[in-house]
Amino acid sequence: MSASSSGTSGGSTWVQLWVAFGAGLLFAVGLALSGMTMPSKVIGFLDITGDWDPSLIFVMVGGIAVYTVLFQPIRRRADQGKNPLMAARFMIPSRRDINPRLVGGALLFGVGWGLGGFCPGPAIASLPTASLSVLIFVVAMAGGMGIWGAIERSLKSSAES
Amino acid sequence: MAEAVVAQESEHFSERGGVVEPYFWVAPLVGGIMIGLASAALMAFNGRIAGISGIFSGLMLPAAAGGGENREERSWRAAFVGGLLVGGALMWILLPGAFTMMIERSRMAIAVAGLLVGLGTRMGSGCTSGHGICGLSRFSPRSLVATVTFIASGVATVFVVRHLLGGGV
Repeated sequence: MSASSSGTSGGSTWVQLWVAFGAGLLFAVGLALSGMTMPSKVIGFLDITGDWDPSLIFVMVGGIAVYTVLFQPIRRRADQGKNPLMAARFMIPSRRDINPRLVGGALLFGVGWGLGGFCPGPAIASLPTASLSVLIFVVAMAGGMGIWGAIERSLKSSAES
Repeated sequence: MAEAVVAQESEHFSERGGVVEPYFWVAPLVGGIMIGLASAALMAFNGRIAGISGIFSGLMLPAAAGGGENREERSWRAAFVGGLLVGGALMWILLPGAFTMMIERSRMAIAVAGLLVGLGTRMGSGCTSGHGICGLSRFSPRSLVATVTFIASGVATVFVVRHLLGGGV
């Protein structure tokens, strides 16, 4: 992860937290409008050989179009060594290697996504509906994340020993 | 108006005959634009990738298991997830139709799905938002490979579940 650093260091200010909160809120509103919170729509998008529903392509189109454009000036700012507008440093991923973990992880994620119809964002945003399915999914998701953490830790320690 | 568009899409789904409504793409596009704006705001102001799997795992896991290492790492994540929950609650009130159309899955299948999503997103360093939106927009080769892979994997899984297993799992 490359980090451009300047300005003040230190913990999150109130403004930083409110911006993060606002971003999360807008993100969830977007998820709900987009249809990503409807598992049968996700499955329909992935059901290319069957009853294909292409709607979710437009979610990616909208998201990528906006982010691609807005990221350019942000990237320039980071490259000049400046800090983000409200934080101490940028954390922009800089890895470029394609390895088995990346591919294997994406494969597993795709299976889970195709099976359950949820990816992380919509699942979390759907928790307020008090659906038992959503709760099971999110708890299991946290469990799966923890399992990877344990695997990674044991891989690191066996590499070091 | 958004509710009407979502309702139209619900009707479309029950017809099971391909796309019939002329404006089926509006709500998804607007939703995607909002997701893009929210993600760009998080990068511009907080300097972070809006990858939900990384944000959630950094918040939920202890540092030893790959979670956030200090209070700063956890506090912005908590704020973002808090926003997701409040936004979700808001939309549940304003647009409950956005949370319908669940699928028939056993609890075991849902648990397995969640487990695979959790394991896979951490192993693969991202999900649909981190790789699919932020990564592709940055022209990241890793994200391109990841996105193509998880979409292909999702397509294959739906094929197996829906067409080979008849849908009931």
